[in-house]
Amino acid sequence: MSSIVRPAVSVNVRPAAEEESRPERTATIAADRLNFYYGAKRALHDITLGIQPHVVTAFIGPSGCGKSTFLRTLNRMNDIIPGTRVEGRVAIDGQNIYAPGVDVVDLRRRVGMVFQKSNPFPKSIFDNVAYGLRINDMVRTTSDLAARVEESLRQAALWDEVKDRLHESALALSGGQQQRLCIARALAVRPAILLMDEPASALDPIATQRIEELIYDLKRSYTIVIVTHNMQQAARVSDDTAFFWLGRLVEFDRTDRIFTAPAEKLTEDYVTGRFG
Amino acid sequence: MKDFAFRVLSLLVLYLALAALAALLIDVAVDGSSRLSWDFIRGFPSRRASAAGIWPALAGSILVIGVTAALAVPVGVAAAIYLEEYGSRSRLARIIELNITNLAAVPSIIYGLLGLGLFVRMMALGRSVLAGGATLALLALPVIILSTREALRAVPKSLREGSYALGATRWQTIWHQVLPVAMPGILTGIILALSRAIGETAPLITIGAVTFVSFAPDGLWSPFTVLPIQIFNWVSRPQPEFQVNAAAGIIVLLAVLLTMNGVAVVLRDRLQKRTQA
Repeated sequence: MSSIVRPAVSVNVRPAAEEESRPERTATIAADRLNFYYGAKRALHDITLGIQPHVVTAFIGPSGCGKSTFLRTLNRMNDIIPGTRVEGRVAIDGQNIYAPGVDVVDLRRRVGMVFQKSNPFPKSIFDNVAYGLRINDMVRTTSDLAARVEESLRQAALWDEVKDRLHESALALSGGQQQRLCIARALAVRPAILLMDEPASALDPIATQRIEELIYDLKRSYTIVIVTHNMQQAARVSDDTAFFWLGRLVEFDRTDRIFTAPAEKLTEDYVTGRFG
Repeated sequence: MKDFAFRVLSLLVLYLALAALAALLIDVAVDGSSRLSWDFIRGFPSRRASAAGIWPALAGSILVIGVTAALAVPVGVAAAIYLEEYGSRSRLARIIELNITNLAAVPSIIYGLLGLGLFVRMMALGRSVLAGGATLALLALPVIILSTREALRAVPKSLREGSYALGATRWQTIWHQVLPVAMPGILTGIILALSRAIGETAPLITIGAVTFVSFAPDGLWSPFTVLPIQIFNWVSRPQPEFQVNAAAGIIVLLAVLLTMNGVAVVLRDRLQKRTQA
């Protein structure tokens, strides 16, 4: 089934020499020998990888391979889990986010996140999108607030569906709409990077397709990192793909190469569905 | 078959418990309703049963429980927020947690002794409404802390993560997301604790609440009595007329309790509607 994956069409063809050194070029996010521990258990082993600006990077791999854990180290979301520990560094725009004195609140505003299970706040649709703007004091007037909420909902392709019921509860929306609301909520604070942790895994095929189209539209304005266990999805939406296995980064390359001509046997076995 | 037998057994036990409660309520209602009147509610204690009223005890109970709520609710909720959201999972934290659980099971008269030593003597509050309310606050605290923690813990992790991911601080997350969702559970705990406190007799007798008061308390420093003590006082009289007064007093106490619970249920439903609609 997975062996008939159609490789994603790569628009920009680059010289081979440049491709080799690609992860080290001006990356927006650069992880350097990153290790992560849940208590005594080591979940990530020496991850070194660079993520390019304004492309979609997919993390794939079997369950428990560390792809979600790694994603959550990029906005320090793991900080709120007791007993976890990070070694190594992650630089975003050249600044190590694990350096002492880094403002985590500011970091999370620059690096937005969408979760596997949509988690709208039990408030109105409007208040969900406005939340980040309000708590960060990002707007001065109520008309500014309304404008930003509308802009965010439009970006998330949800405005037309909800514009007449902005003050109704977000929990009344369908699963797919809730997830797009969560994307709108994340976009409202205008992050530079958007992390998505299996954003469509709980959705039906049509809702999934809408999310994928949205990702395609958003990559012009945002650097997007998406974790997915769905290899077709990775092939469809991403430009670069990183394959994780047992807490290690096995291979990181352009998506079409990962799916058609992977360098590692393990990667090939995984993308052709031989395990996982 | 086994399933059926268990179901019948459970139902029987349930009805038995309900029947006991109903019998109690009906008995009290039959005995006391004849005595219940505006004069009884607004009247003062008297040696003559037919002239005796419950006003000082009713006012005392309301004042004392007001003081209890004012002290125990903010302290209890704040302590629970600290323990659940800020406190580390250290050994000390676990010991504190265990001790709070134990405190909830300590006999109330022990709190009375503590109140006598701490509030009445050391802090020299005397046998006042303030001392009584503070003593009952000690009693209510562990229950409020435990149920608030329970309610906070029941708030889904995804909600906190969603808030943190937008750049919210811990306090913003607690204030805007966690507390509103946990509020119905917290309210339930508060009402349970205050309901227990309003029915307490022993700790208040220990700190020296008077059993015969011919005036309503006029402030926080005033001597006082409360409904359960007044009822106890009447029950211990040999004359049967006073037993009728006691039954009427119980009805008043139950009415106060049900009013408190009713207010809490209405508040809770409104909150739930706001967060879930």
